[in-house]
Amino acid sequence: MEGLSIFIEQPVRLLQIIVDGILVGSVFALSAYGLALVWGVMKIINIAQGEFVMLGGYVAILIADAGYSPLLGVPLAAMILFCVGWVLYRLVIFRVVDRDLFISILATFGLSILLQQLANQVFGADVRTAESGLVTMSFLDGNITISQIKLLSFFLAFALGGGLWLFLRSSQLGQAIRATAQNARAARIMGIDTNSVYAVTYGLNAAICGAAGALVAMTWVIHPYLGLTYTVRSFMIVVVAGLGNLMGVILAGLGLGTAENIAGFVLGAEYQAAFVFSLLVVILVWRNWRLGLQRRYLK
Amino acid sequence: MGLIAAFGAPIFLPFMTTQIAFLWMMVVFALCWDIMGGQMGYNSFGNIFFFGIGAYVCAVIQRDSGLDWYVAFFLGFGAAAILGVLCAAILGAGILGLRGQYFAICTLGLGIAGGEIASGWDYIGAGSGLSPPLFPGALGMREMFFNYLFLTLALVCFFTLKRVYSGRFGLAINAIRDDEDKAEAMGLRTTRYKIVAWCISAFFVAMCGAAAGNMIGFIDPRDVAFAGVTFGVWMVLMAILGGKGTLWGPVLGALVFHITQELFWTYLLGWQRVALGLLIVVIVVFFPTGILGWLRERRTMSTSGGSEQ
Repeated sequence: MEGLSIFIEQPVRLLQIIVDGILVGSVFALSAYGLALVWGVMKIINIAQGEFVMLGGYVAILIADAGYSPLLGVPLAAMILFCVGWVLYRLVIFRVVDRDLFISILATFGLSILLQQLANQVFGADVRTAESGLVTMSFLDGNITISQIKLLSFFLAFALGGGLWLFLRSSQLGQAIRATAQNARAARIMGIDTNSVYAVTYGLNAAICGAAGALVAMTWVIHPYLGLTYTVRSFMIVVVAGLGNLMGVILAGLGLGTAENIAGFVLGAEYQAAFVFSLLVVILVWRNWRLGLQRRYLK
Repeated sequence: MGLIAAFGAPIFLPFMTTQIAFLWMMVVFALCWDIMGGQMGYNSFGNIFFFGIGAYVCAVIQRDSGLDWYVAFFLGFGAAAILGVLCAAILGAGILGLRGQYFAICTLGLGIAGGEIASGWDYIGAGSGLSPPLFPGALGMREMFFNYLFLTLALVCFFTLKRVYSGRFGLAINAIRDDEDKAEAMGLRTTRYKIVAWCISAFFVAMCGAAAGNMIGFIDPRDVAFAGVTFGVWMVLMAILGGKGTLWGPVLGALVFHITQELFWTYLLGWQRVALGLLIVVIVVFFPTGILGWLRERRTMSTSGGSEQ
């Protein structure tokens, strides 16, 4: 708990941690947006979400290894992951779309283990990072430092999320996706091929997770086993924000990033993951308790 | 007949005693998952949490009590069971109110949170794990001891559940699975039944944990005690593979799965975990009713001349 007293003595440290948390939270919000899209349109919960982030991160790392700027990895990861998502849909996911939700959770959990172990075999279990070569800026006499790559990834995450939002809003395919989300059967009757809509939706989700992963590789670290943490973060954000609430997803994402950073500092870095998973349990129980209260008022 | 084979197995196959002990453990895992997932419709990924609790409680008691090995072990074994049940009762009061996917993901988080907390906690060895004291008996006795311990556990678990399912309790939890709101409207105290069901599950799984920690000889927080992506998922998979919601299904599923898994470990060196991930997807997607469910479908099809569907 000595972390707390440092905050009181040096409030500027707290500011630094909050800034870092907000910057990293944008990436959480991006992957949560993808989860909300798939959940809303296809009515499945994709546990392999975090693995798409992880694979996107490895794309950026491979680009950096090849001698190019890892920033190139962002669009490339999105493209490659779109294909991965599309293929996975055509192979596996389409079989679980209209089934019991638990089947989809378990099937995507299996996919998550499969991708995680494949990455472990192919890339090794080492913790990797992609060096972007951008500098760190400092403010307030060097008390607050912001690395340019984190700032860039913050804005890129918003640009990507905004781009996807515009696409869903205005393009014809986006309208088809939204129509399928509202009522898949009616959409089929109106001549929409819902199967390809689902395939594109799943691909898009994988693509923005991949882009998020490339950003993570540049600002943070990537290793084969970090997938589940991102899945849980995304799930938590969507549960707190609600489906189809973009503003809520952004706020919850930034909030989670901040909360996690503060918890990591106060409790120690070894408990940061424990904090994420415990928070999930607490949030779900709290949400259920709130719903119970509402029911009681109705009575 | 089966009993004789079960008791005699380590005598006929002495070099496989540990694998057979693991098989009994898998049977208990699958049976205990099925109380929640199959009979009550509450798909839990978090039963591994009680396994971890059991492993650590027993090992800590063995480490700190300073008693004779057997006394300390059975003391820890009992304490593990009691603490597992307590945890299930306390956590269940909060978590079992959740429905469907929220329950599944919440319990998934619970299991992993357990591992992460254990790997940060110095008192129980943090990330470097904990080793229970060595078994005092002669060479080869250790495997025998744990083998028969797990066999007893599996038998007790099986017959307890058989008894439990045939009575009022079994009907009540099946009613919760079929329609929880209606069951509640009929006057069933659903929350109480749900908590008791989870306690039964935790009771056996925690004892498994206590014994497994000693049998493996080393408790790693993430890979042994709270191994969500191995033991934790296998529980679910075995019950589904055999046919969930039946008594024999999980036993059969555990048998088939354990043999497959051992073969993977032997012949797919390095790639066994990839193959397991693939196996999960294949079983869940193509075989969701399990072996017993498939047999039942075939029988109804043949008796009704295949007129269904």
